[in-house]
Amino acid sequence: MSAVLSPAYISVSQQGWAASRATAYNDKVVRQFAVMAVVWGVVSMLVGVFIAAQMAWPELNFGIPWLSFGRLRPLHTNAAIFAFGGCALFATSYYVVQRTCQVRVISDKLAAFHFWAWQAVIVGAAISLPLGYTRGKEYAELEWPIAILIAIAWVAYAIVFFGTIGLRKVRHIYVANWFYGAFIIAVALLHIVNAAVMPAGWMKSYSAYAGVQDAMVQWWYGHNAVGFFLTAGFLGIVYYFIPKQAERPVYSYRLSIVHFWALIFTYMWAGPHHLHYTALPDWTQSLGMVFSLILLAPSWGGMINGVMTLSGAWHKLRDDPILRFMIVALSFYGIATFEGPMMSIKTVNALSHYTDWGIAHVHGGTLGWVGFISMGALYYLIPRMFGQKTMHSIAAIELHFWIATIGIVLYIAAMWIAGVMQGLMWRAINTDGSLTYTFVESVKATFPFYVVRFFGGLLYLSGMLVMAWNVTMTALAGRPSEAAIPTALAHA
Amino acid sequence: MDILFLLIPVSVVLALAVMAVLAWAVWSGQFEDTESEAERILQESEPATSLEHTAPAQD
Repeated sequence: MSAVLSPAYISVSQQGWAASRATAYNDKVVRQFAVMAVVWGVVSMLVGVFIAAQMAWPELNFGIPWLSFGRLRPLHTNAAIFAFGGCALFATSYYVVQRTCQVRVISDKLAAFHFWAWQAVIVGAAISLPLGYTRGKEYAELEWPIAILIAIAWVAYAIVFFGTIGLRKVRHIYVANWFYGAFIIAVALLHIVNAAVMPAGWMKSYSAYAGVQDAMVQWWYGHNAVGFFLTAGFLGIVYYFIPKQAERPVYSYRLSIVHFWALIFTYMWAGPHHLHYTALPDWTQSLGMVFSLILLAPSWGGMINGVMTLSGAWHKLRDDPILRFMIVALSFYGIATFEGPMMSIKTVNALSHYTDWGIAHVHGGTLGWVGFISMGALYYLIPRMFGQKTMHSIAAIELHFWIATIGIVLYIAAMWIAGVMQGLMWRAINTDGSLTYTFVESVKATFPFYVVRFFGGLLYLSGMLVMAWNVTMTALAGRPSEAAIPTALAHA
Repeated sequence: MDILFLLIPVSVVLALAVMAVLAWAVWSGQFEDTESEAERILQESEPATSLEHTAPAQD
């Protein structure tokens, strides 16, 4: 009995779900998304490693169109961001909104619809992208029928999330919910504006905008997707799961509130920094640069707030690999949010743009920040979703942490060096004004760094496979369960 | 750059909406007792304070 009624977790699985309908949280949708986050994580990283190998050894394109880099690269990015990252965000947000509001989701059916519609979107991407169907917009490649399904799934998600907040039994809306809420609203707006197209057949369409207008909309979308999908949503994870895992309240709850409002007020206009030195009006470029620089302040405030949550309990980092995943994630958040504003400065951008420095920056953010915070939260969630206290193997989490960390360091160091080298080679000029290097010479010079990057990615994928094994063992040892809503409140 | 006639108003409207939500949050007392709200999530399995008990202070 003591195991069942442990303070941190109350399992009601033995009593059957039907009876627990009104008194238990809907953990089914959390469990489904959490497991699929792991599955899609493996898939997206596998594709990533394969295309990294193609960069070093182009023979691996095999002359087969469906396996060519140009078609698999958007599959990798869509799978990593929207399948792996998306499922991690949905799992954690459904978990957090129910716990902090102390109420079951407003509609189990709509939540289930959201899950299955989202999996259909991912399968649609996995089929249509290798076949060559694309809108040609980065991170918004999926053709219009799939884009419409995304919008429908998203509306279902928004109704469930905000409807649940509306039913809350706790007056205060916990800060993590604000971050998730901003993520949901902003992504809906971005997707609808950027996906405006004129269909010209079932899997073909033309953008509603032309030329530089289209580029502006695309990067308004693209950078805000980074800001709200890859940042705000995962900050929701930070503000709930780090305090839970550390068993301490967030360092400064006030600062977390300031962090939230400052971030969402300033994020929307950073996008033009993706279009420096293009046909975009100069003042728009400068505006994007200024807003990008401002973003450094709230980003670092939040990063420091998250890390300082461990203040006075630093020893926990020594023993707890899950907490280490989360704190290292914040370190990478700090690195990426410092590097980003620096790269948005036009003179720096003149060197960094179009080089592999951009790839280093993105993967510091995705592998380090988004990946690690998701993995930390999933290691917290998954045992609880299967009525277990901990993962099957803590040693395997430890192993995953070190393999993945070494993988990231190899990956981004190689791409940093390659990027700066490419930038310098491309701009090198002889005394007579001619270019010192041909483009292909810079490609040749990059080869060793592509090999190192491939091994870094391979290590990161290996860590994910260790996680998949650990999750499978945990799931097999336990059984799906739902946690009870605290009873005193259920009657309030 | 006609697109700016769409994007800038969208951003301004959004900023106004954010401000309205912030005003609601402040005036409805969302940020009155931040310390105990930060603690609350750590005591999930305990019976939490009900709606009535957390109504804004009368003083």
